[in-house]
Amino acid sequence: MSTAAPEKKEKVVQPFDYNKYLRPNKLPHIWCPGCGHGIVLKALLRAIDKAGLQKDNIVMVSGIGCSSRTPGYVDFNTMHTLHGRALPFATGIKFARPDLKVIVITGDGDALAIGGNHFIHACRRNIDMTVLVYTNATYGMTGGQYSPTSPVGSTATTSRYGNIEPPFDTCEMAKASGATFVARGTAYHAIELEKTIYDSLTHRGMAVVDIIDACPTYFGRMNKFKSATQMMEVIEKENTVNIKQADKLPPEKLQGKMLRGILHKVEKPEYCQQYEEHVIKKATSKE
Amino acid sequence: MAENKKKLLQGNEACVEGALYAGCRFYAGYPITPSTEIAEGMSVRLPRVGGKFIQMEDEIASIAAAIGASIAGLKSLTATSGPGFSLKQECLGYACLAEIPLVVVNVMRGGPSTGYPTGPSQADIMQAKWGTHGDHPVIAVTPSYVQEILSETVRAFNLAEKYRTPVIVLYDEIIGHMREPVTIPAPGELDVVDREKATCDADDYFPYDERYEIAPLAPFGAGYRFHVTGLNHRKDGFPTNDPRQIDLNNRRIMRKIDNHREEIWKNEETFLEDAEVAVFTLGSTARSARFAVNKAREAGIKAGLLRPLTIWPFPDRAVTELSKRVKAIIVPEMNLGQMTLEVERCSKKADVIGIHRVDGEPITPAQILDVIKKHK
Ligand SMILES: Cc1ncc(C[n+]2csc(CCOP(=O)(O)OP(=O)(O)O)c2C)c(N)n1
Ligand code: SF4
Ligand SMILES: [Mg+2]
Repeated sequence: MSTAAPEKKEKVVQPFDYNKYLRPNKLPHIWCPGCGHGIVLKALLRAIDKAGLQKDNIVMVSGIGCSSRTPGYVDFNTMHTLHGRALPFATGIKFARPDLKVIVITGDGDALAIGGNHFIHACRRNIDMTVLVYTNATYGMTGGQYSPTSPVGSTATTSRYGNIEPPFDTCEMAKASGATFVARGTAYHAIELEKTIYDSLTHRGMAVVDIIDACPTYFGRMNKFKSATQMMEVIEKENTVNIKQADKLPPEKLQGKMLRGILHKVEKPEYCQQYEEHVIKKATSKE
Repeated sequence: MAENKKKLLQGNEACVEGALYAGCRFYAGYPITPSTEIAEGMSVRLPRVGGKFIQMEDEIASIAAAIGASIAGLKSLTATSGPGFSLKQECLGYACLAEIPLVVVNVMRGGPSTGYPTGPSQADIMQAKWGTHGDHPVIAVTPSYVQEILSETVRAFNLAEKYRTPVIVLYDEIIGHMREPVTIPAPGELDVVDREKATCDADDYFPYDERYEIAPLAPFGAGYRFHVTGLNHRKDGFPTNDPRQIDLNNRRIMRKIDNHREEIWKNEETFLEDAEVAVFTLGSTARSARFAVNKAREAGIKAGLLRPLTIWPFPDRAVTELSKRVKAIIVPEMNLGQMTLEVERCSKKADVIGIHRVDGEPITPAQILDVIKKHK
């Protein structure tokens, strides 16, 4: 008979095996130290795992930019396309093979400037895909010019005297354009982001997740942030409120803050399904 | 065997027939005169065979979607005219470098800019070759008759599938909108080529495998999980900065077309055996030229016609050989001298005389006959 005290049962948390979904021989990645893009990728991979998606059935499509380099590092069917054009490429893939899970990775410049027209039309069609917009308020890849989400007054290599252009609210635009799932997350709230991406992956229809992440190298330095962590604290933590807490807060506490979480979710007919059920059916019926 | 069906078709409708015959199952487009009937036809016909039709928000999105569908395994088509062809150029280069089969139809209208939407031209011949940036391979086919729009569209798909590259079908508004009796070929009557499928183990699969001149292309979702990019890449499809790898791949995509020019070229020769003066032209202008050459023969002039059905790669050899046998090569074209330059480049001895028209009117047989008479 053992005399040892009964062992306290500890919950053993297995570290998540990111390598299961990565192409380890394509690493290291190109991202700078402190860049938010890697944090977002990790949240995405955990969400994919949780959703039980099969690697062979995932197609990841991106445009051009630092964020758009993501597909090169993951072990799916991957396509790095042209600046701004990820959504139409992805539309062709999804429409041709509706059984595949399509995930689009796009920067704020990629999605909303050069690809802005594609963005609103992809939302309008409500074609089934998850679109992650990496909102770092800059053009990282080309060295820190202002983007369609740069705040008024911010400095960039092309707005040395302060940006005079008001930024887009990506979520409002997605919703107004017809996306049936619209959410926002940040790299700072990585666990919450994983959950939000999971919800976007399990939604049927156009799911847009606006992800606030930081470019310390350009936006950070040009706007006098001391470090990547300080950027995350100010821009991602202090500047945002989860929609569930927002109800409890007085209006003055919400002033100038962006909402996180699922901001809009409705069930509407999905594009590929509509095509099958209406177009193909009518075209092939005998009458 | 099923009897061939005869129909009275417009050129653009014949293009639809050709695409479907070739097994096209995806169309993405944006309306533009004088090509719109292709989109309209595909929107009706594709769903009947389970194919996909989508009207995109612009021409860039259209070609992007068509490339996406092609990498997903479907034979894909997009059609447009001048302004839309300009917009498609960046994606066209992507398909060249990523080696994704695709057919792009350009029904040529008057330009530059919005130009003359309802008038014909042949002014996009050089754009078809040089429109996208960087050195890149180009195949462009140029039918002259409505029946030929059908068969050349089939050939375009075959070339695209075989060589893993975008192929351009280039014809002018005149034959795009002309109606002629067309025989719909019975199944099996024309060759239909499908891209080579990957059969190896996923670990051994390289989308740009240098062991092949043209590596098999696996569709997405078939277990191969490879990478596609518009950056210079290695055999595994991943980007590279290695000068040797970049050079290798840039040269290989050119070579895969250059080495097969004999197979890709297609010329029609009329009365060239004893010709002393030759006409070199394509599209609807070749119809006027044929008429003019017949008239010249009636008048005892030894005239002939060389009509390329493949304009890119340019039929260098045929033109060079011809130039050694004739006194003059007359090049009528509805532009200000795009083919004439190429003929001059290839011509060894003969005089090269261009006939140019950019007023939105066709070049008439009489115009060509006049020049033949001057140079007989
Ligand atoms: C047609 C075209 N125009 C411009 C560029 C240059 N370019 C590359 S990435 C980029 C901006 C990227 O910004 P964003 O999409 O926000 O991604 P980030 O790098 O910030 O993640 C630009 C302008 C290009 N590649 N192609
Ligand atoms: S430049 Fe900015 S966006 Fe690009 S990798 Fe560096 S930190 Fe990230
Ligand atoms: Mg950005």
